[in-house]
Amino acid sequence: MNPANTPSRKSSPSRRIPIGVPLSPALNPDRQALPLGACRVTAGFPSPATDHIEQRLDLSEYLVLHPEATFFLRVKGDSMTGAGIHHGDLLIVDRSLSPASGRVVVAALNGELTVKRLQRSRGKLTLKAENPAYPDIAVNDEHEFQIWGVVAHVVHTP
Amino acid sequence: MKSTIALVDGNNFYVSCERVFNPALHRRPVVVLSNNDGCVVSRSNEAKALGIKMGVPFFEIRSFVKSHGLRWLSSNYALYGDMSSRMMALLGEFAPRQEIYSIDECFLDFTGMPEKTSDYGRSIRSRVRQYLGITTCTGVGASKTLAKLANHVAKTHPQHQGVFDWEELSATEQNTLMATLDVGEIWGIGRRLSPQLQAMGIRTVLDMKHANATQLRKRFSVVLQRTVAELNGESCMGLEDIAGRKSQILASRSFGRPVTALHELREAACSHIIRAAERLRAQQSSCSQVTVFMHTNKFRNDDPQYNPAALVPLTTATDDTRRLIAAAVSGLEGIYRPGYRYKKIGVMLTGLQPAHAVQEDFFCALERPRATRLMTAMDRINRIYGMNTATFAGAGVNQPWRMQTAQKSPSYTTSWNELPRAG
Repeated sequence: MNPANTPSRKSSPSRRIPIGVPLSPALNPDRQALPLGACRVTAGFPSPATDHIEQRLDLSEYLVLHPEATFFLRVKGDSMTGAGIHHGDLLIVDRSLSPASGRVVVAALNGELTVKRLQRSRGKLTLKAENPAYPDIAVNDEHEFQIWGVVAHVVHTP
Repeated sequence: MKSTIALVDGNNFYVSCERVFNPALHRRPVVVLSNNDGCVVSRSNEAKALGIKMGVPFFEIRSFVKSHGLRWLSSNYALYGDMSSRMMALLGEFAPRQEIYSIDECFLDFTGMPEKTSDYGRSIRSRVRQYLGITTCTGVGASKTLAKLANHVAKTHPQHQGVFDWEELSATEQNTLMATLDVGEIWGIGRRLSPQLQAMGIRTVLDMKHANATQLRKRFSVVLQRTVAELNGESCMGLEDIAGRKSQILASRSFGRPVTALHELREAACSHIIRAAERLRAQQSSCSQVTVFMHTNKFRNDDPQYNPAALVPLTTATDDTRRLIAAAVSGLEGIYRPGYRYKKIGVMLTGLQPAHAVQEDFFCALERPRATRLMTAMDRINRIYGMNTATFAGAGVNQPWRMQTAQKSPSYTTSWNELPRAG
């Protein structure tokens, strides 16, 4: 890594930070967010915060625990509004999680991806919508069915 | 200590990646085509069962679309590249050392591993299948050559369920199995060498294992002598840890149609330089030479043929796309001759050195920090907002020369605008 791009705690306060501000502080794909408080001071007193610089919070650290197994999907339709999942929302799907009964999952059903709540009882699987307008789907042998992944988080813009 | 080496790969890798995001592709014949939708480069098992061979031109199998519901896709390297890096990261957790050998396969060092390797191979298989939806095969042996061959056995003998280790067979059983395998299946032998070996009476893997290594060395090369040793369980090729900096960077592509006009060649050269320069900066190198090459279609016998190349040295090494474009364009203008139908153009960056060690000259020293800032900013924009968000006009806008990717699937994992949808 180019040392010039990684301002360290020890860098002198008068040093200019090259190409400073990350374009998108959260969900920054290269996770090179600048440390909080690393401000540009060219003259005068050094910032009193310099000694307290810590890494700025990175939202993907919170939302993506298993980066290799995590995929983002876009919600289509309103079958899950009761679970707070709306059309256009972003699903953060973690395939490393085990699809326990009661979890919201993405499933491949008859060639399409669908998001529903999974229910397991007496060896039977049901995909439940969270909207009374949509019937439950009892999974049977006629279905081409596979659980695709577990929804870990939903990103919703109000 | 005796080595234990595994070769793990993703089955039908490109097709498998497509199926993860498009479940409608399951249980039906699917092929992925090469650049320009020319030839088959990946097949589902159903497509293999139809007798579709690797590398066949698409027009030869087009009728299967109607008759057998064959689905075909253009290659989507953004998707395969991302799935590959996920798979390699997962596989790397299973061994202290890993050599990434290609987009869909890597060697893992299992030497001294206490567990039974076939159990281990099965846990790899279930992990990668769950996390990524891709099925892997694992072959294990005392050398890379044996591991490669074991992987072939794991794939072609269903009773092993995708995991095969030579060491789980007795010496006699190993030889019996080797006697059933064609010599062409050995790593590095292939179609070119196997007829020559067969003429010498070396038809099977077992024949090769018992062949006279010194004689093969004299007749062919030291490589074949090493192959024989490796088949006998002597590891001659260690794992190469993840390749460090590349010593050259190549970017080239065939056109979607024959190109004759200089301005189109210029656009294509620019667009290759842009990609190559991004890779150059990603590995923190600068380069001191730019080569431009192009060729006509050698399969068109009635077309006049012309395959020129030009090497353009730079006064000081650089990673500035603008300087590299200028060099490539001057090289191209020097070798361009009208009247030819060009099929492909490419650029190669050589004379690579660490960017921070570049010898400055007086004039560049002034310009350099600004150039670095500009390039860093462009790379950042493109990383965050997608490839070619900020680019150079020289690469053209419509790019009519670009290869056809009529059936490319979305960049499901690398573009916010193309995420898979769940209803």
